[in-house]
Amino acid sequence: MTADAGQTRLGEAGAGRPAPKIKTPLLSPALRRRLSAIGWGLVSVGLFAGLWEALWFFGMVNPLLLPPPHLFLSDIPGTLKFFDRSNRIGSVASGVGVWPLLFTMGSTTLRVLVGLSLGFACGVAVGAAIHYVKILRNLLLPTILLLAPISPVAWLPVAIFVFGIGDVPAIFLVFITVFFAIVLSTGAQIESVPKNYIHVARIMGASQRQTFWKVILPAILPSLFMTLRLNLFAAWMVVLIAETVGVGTGLGQITSMARSTFNAKLVFFTMAIIGLLGFLSDFALRQVQHKMLWWIAPNQGAAR
Amino acid sequence: MSRPAVSIQSVSKRWTPEGRAPVQALEDLSFDVAPGEFIVLLGPSGCGKSTLLYMIAGLEDVSGGTIACDGEPVTEPSAERGLIFQEASLFPWLTIADNVAFGLAVQHVQPVKRREIALETLRRVGLGDMLDKKPDELSGGMRQRAACARALAMRPKVLMMDEPFAALDVQTRARMQDFLLQIWRDSGASILLVTHSIDEAISLADRVVVFTSRPGKVKTIVPIDLPRPRESRDPRYHAYRDLFTELLADEVDRAFAEQETV
Repeated sequence: MTADAGQTRLGEAGAGRPAPKIKTPLLSPALRRRLSAIGWGLVSVGLFAGLWEALWFFGMVNPLLLPPPHLFLSDIPGTLKFFDRSNRIGSVASGVGVWPLLFTMGSTTLRVLVGLSLGFACGVAVGAAIHYVKILRNLLLPTILLLAPISPVAWLPVAIFVFGIGDVPAIFLVFITVFFAIVLSTGAQIESVPKNYIHVARIMGASQRQTFWKVILPAILPSLFMTLRLNLFAAWMVVLIAETVGVGTGLGQITSMARSTFNAKLVFFTMAIIGLLGFLSDFALRQVQHKMLWWIAPNQGAAR
Repeated sequence: MSRPAVSIQSVSKRWTPEGRAPVQALEDLSFDVAPGEFIVLLGPSGCGKSTLLYMIAGLEDVSGGTIACDGEPVTEPSAERGLIFQEASLFPWLTIADNVAFGLAVQHVQPVKRREIALETLRRVGLGDMLDKKPDELSGGMRQRAACARALAMRPKVLMMDEPFAALDVQTRARMQDFLLQIWRDSGASILLVTHSIDEAISLADRVVVFTSRPGKVKTIVPIDLPRPRESRDPRYHAYRDLFTELLADEVDRAFAEQETV
């Protein structure tokens, strides 16, 4: 063993060691990571579908009850005729086209979107009001804590009693899903804003209003977005339930109708659409998050 | 003689933690800071020297006595009395330039003017090419310099620092001390710096205010009569170090003894 490999004596700075060669990769690391993610996604879904197909092939599942993907995806024109634009429970379209499908997807998505936006905005407003105004805190917080654990689904009858049949109960259910979570999270997050941020604002002469808009809100926004994303899937669940009962259009209505008419192909086709929409809306929310919260590294949700 | 930049007159501070006996943090402090003077507050941890800074800044109330800046009693925070913390506490959602210009934005200075001042201030602290970076992209030392720039952009008369270099590594720390002296000279502000490092006190201060352990009182005030830059090899530097070590050892012993009897 050579004794002095890698050592530096006094008076000689560690110069003259050859730098290791770095290979330049063919694709940029970011692109490679993205391609690999897409690849694994396809493999994962493919494996799931393949297993299902194999079970069908060996006769282990009944195609009438659990039709494998190639069956429920092959009869698309037949399936599409169930997507109807007329706002009537159980109606079937006369013509066949992709528009009724897009209309159905659109109306469900819109309900989720409107409910989420309203719930988020109102949640932050009420949460902040409760945090800053003592009388509001005393008056509202106990009730909110009592109502928060109630499942949004339990609100459905109330929503229909109050708002009747239509878009509003579905939107209201989505609203409820995010509202309480955002209210409670807002209060907790304002509490945990670093004290020094507030001190800086005070020293610089910021008014209460300026401190809220310029310091508190940006500081809590990352965590609130995380809460919103966590509740996005719950929002998709409740909108479907609301649609089976309270509205004549939407994907929930289609699934419900498919169930009552024992149309397994339609059930799975709609489920595939719902899965896709849920995935896309999470992706879209991540993009919004990335644009709005540009200072946060991707996949790192919480504030520090 | 000109009016003192900061005048502290028999100031005391008492805390009352919920459901427990009140704690006397500071007792009967009095000293003046001349305009443009560099004061280091040195003392064992927990002696309330940081609390004093927060009171001068106007973020904490005094329990007794008065603090006046430029003859005006301190009642609320002001950008004329900048405060720098151990962590840079830059806002991660703003670029470095916007962080530095935060105080100007709050006071409705026009964006073009803001950017101009931010650039000029950042150049002074050696970060002239970091304007559009995120705070996350800067090293600890750079972040602390940006925090200085944020305070300096408001042209403070007094700059207070609460152990500003404690979180930095030794090499960066030495560089930051040189940087601070340069900032001090060209801004003309008085500086009050809290530290528990004896070397930091000797290399920076015009006068060192030594605190007793809790309740914090002024034990003694030591002027450092050494020309700058100060060499740690200088025998007089060693003499100061021995003096402060002795002064602090008494206090640390006392704090220890007290903890054991409690």
